[in-house]
Amino acid sequence: MKYLSEYRNFEATKSYLKLIEKTVTKTWKIMEICGGQTHGLVKNGILDLLPEKVQMIHGPGCPVCVTPLSLIDKAIELLEQGVIVCSFGDMIRVPGSKKSLLEAKANGGDLRILYSPLEAVTISKNNPDKEVVFFAVGFETTAPANALSVIQAQKEGVKNYSILVSHVLVPPAMEAILDDEFCNINAFLGAGHVCAIMGYNEYIPLSKKYKIPIVITGFEPLDLVQGIYMAVCQLEQGKYEVENQYARVVKKEGNTAAIDVITKVFEIGNRSWRGIGEIPNSGYVLKSEFKAFDAESKFGVSEIQAPENSDCIAGLVLKGIKKPYECSQFGKACHPGNPLGAPMVSSEGACAAYYHFSNNLISLK
Amino acid sequence: MDIQKLGYDSINLGHGSGGLMTRDLLDNMIFNTFSNPFLNQKHDGSIVKFNNPIAISTDSFVVSPIFFKGGNIGELAVNGTVNDVAMCGAIPKYLSLAFIIEEGLKINEFRDILNSIKKAADTSQVQIITGDTKVVERGKGDKIFINTTGFGEVHPKANISTDNIKVGDKIILNGQIAQHGMAIMSQRQGLEFESDIISDTTNLNFLIKDLLDRFGKDIHFFRDPTRGGLSSVLSEIATDINNGILIFENKLPIEKQVAAACEILGLDPLYVANEGVFLTIVEASIADEVVDLMRKDDKGKNAVCIGEITKDHSGKVVMNSHIGGKRIVSPLMGEQLPRIC
Repeated sequence: MKYLSEYRNFEATKSYLKLIEKTVTKTWKIMEICGGQTHGLVKNGILDLLPEKVQMIHGPGCPVCVTPLSLIDKAIELLEQGVIVCSFGDMIRVPGSKKSLLEAKANGGDLRILYSPLEAVTISKNNPDKEVVFFAVGFETTAPANALSVIQAQKEGVKNYSILVSHVLVPPAMEAILDDEFCNINAFLGAGHVCAIMGYNEYIPLSKKYKIPIVITGFEPLDLVQGIYMAVCQLEQGKYEVENQYARVVKKEGNTAAIDVITKVFEIGNRSWRGIGEIPNSGYVLKSEFKAFDAESKFGVSEIQAPENSDCIAGLVLKGIKKPYECSQFGKACHPGNPLGAPMVSSEGACAAYYHFSNNLISLK
Repeated sequence: MDIQKLGYDSINLGHGSGGLMTRDLLDNMIFNTFSNPFLNQKHDGSIVKFNNPIAISTDSFVVSPIFFKGGNIGELAVNGTVNDVAMCGAIPKYLSLAFIIEEGLKINEFRDILNSIKKAADTSQVQIITGDTKVVERGKGDKIFINTTGFGEVHPKANISTDNIKVGDKIILNGQIAQHGMAIMSQRQGLEFESDIISDTTNLNFLIKDLLDRFGKDIHFFRDPTRGGLSSVLSEIATDINNGILIFENKLPIEKQVAAACEILGLDPLYVANEGVFLTIVEASIADEVVDLMRKDDKGKNAVCIGEITKDHSGKVVMNSHIGGKRIVSPLMGEQLPRIC
């Protein structure tokens, strides 16, 4: 498997770990933005291999984790109205305020797990007497495919298809984290897949404004340790630049065809982030010419609100202020079988990642 | 084998009524396929005699799709139960066979399934000695569900129990993991992707017997990690024995295409279902010989020692990663869900 086994090479990873050890003189807190990176760090046991001076803080880049509770309740309401709801897999177990999509399915809802929103358009065509909604969550990474499904449905005159949009953007979230008075992050590992779509031009002003190094980083062990090494080098030298560790995938300008599709269908708007709250201009909303595909207005579910569980500190975890195991409910009332908050559901969520791969070790020490 | 064609294209509720249509289905499809002295009595049950202690195991099969690359639900229903009986350290002899059929199942499909059951039973040298056929309304099943119960005589040299597992024992796998689950996944509606991955469903009873003949009580444990994958079985064992389990990521046998499919779909092969795979936990001193014996058998040609029982991290499974890190391998919680991105 080219491009995989090489990036899981023991010797190469070890050599970067040694370089980090040699280079680091002060304590640095580095936030990996993306949940996929969190997953990679814990799954490969990298956190234990890093020198103590390098502390990884787990960022908000898990799409499942930041999708507001109210959106899940809206999707459940649609299911209960008899709509065929299509979703990415790890969204379905996230608890809403009363139940999860999975439970709503068990109660008779027609829920389909898909890998591509384009399949939802096909389902719409095959079920002309039913309404079909795709639960369009995610960061910039999933936006092109979701936008494409709308374009496709419009082109083919599919009227029974719409999307429940909860798209969020990475740069505004980074700014919100940096603006937080408790923020203590020294550098970022930028989200490789997001940048594969968007490029990294928009990170340059951010890095300058906040004087913070940003290293666009991949997901394999070697990617992660190399990205961390590049960030540590910048920090030790007092530099703050945008660097691209993931050059085999990420181009500075991004994937322009994908960006064109996004901008045709979506425009930037305010978005609520689960655990963080509303961040201005932090997400995508459907453009007015595509409003017919907006499930919220089509089915009148815009008003549904849902309070968060007060025992869950997901917001603090997502902002990197608390570690999952610092939560009083972690591994007790809250575990993957009964998640109180979304980060315990998706394998990309910081809490689930710790629960599955790492924290049990910590508790053994 | 020649099964007379019934005057119907598909199974309907009448075939489960207990009347003439049921008799027609049984006589023309089931009894003549599995004909043997027990079944030919056409009684409510069969009387069998055992000379040794017996091992009994039951399993229900609900796989979708019912036909997949490398097999179908029929042979799965035989191999699955045959293997479960074998994992008890027993020689499987007899099977019960019960169908719950959703009306509308094509007679041709049912016939193909019966033929596969017959072939798998013959290969494993087990006889179908009793059974049942029910038909449910459309929408109340998923084409066909099968339950089989297996009966086997415990091997005179066998002593299979978690109580025998001790620190230092080696854990050996007979073959490559995640193949069955990914073969099914590659053909699921909405997920179809082109691959040559075929299910590894097969009977393991003869390899198990060979191991017991040769190593007897030095074999401490057998288990086939079907649903929930290798991780779930190892976690269960670690919990039961009150010791730890250490495995090595770079020793895990996994075929390249299967590994790639798992990567693409965002699934961890440790949690993906297996069929023709078993693990055995053995005295450290015989581990190499066990691997050698297995490798001489086609069903153990990829045999490898993947880890050992440790005093440390009691109750937990720890995996040394490719890059020398450590992680906990926890049991599967719910279904493994594909990640968003």
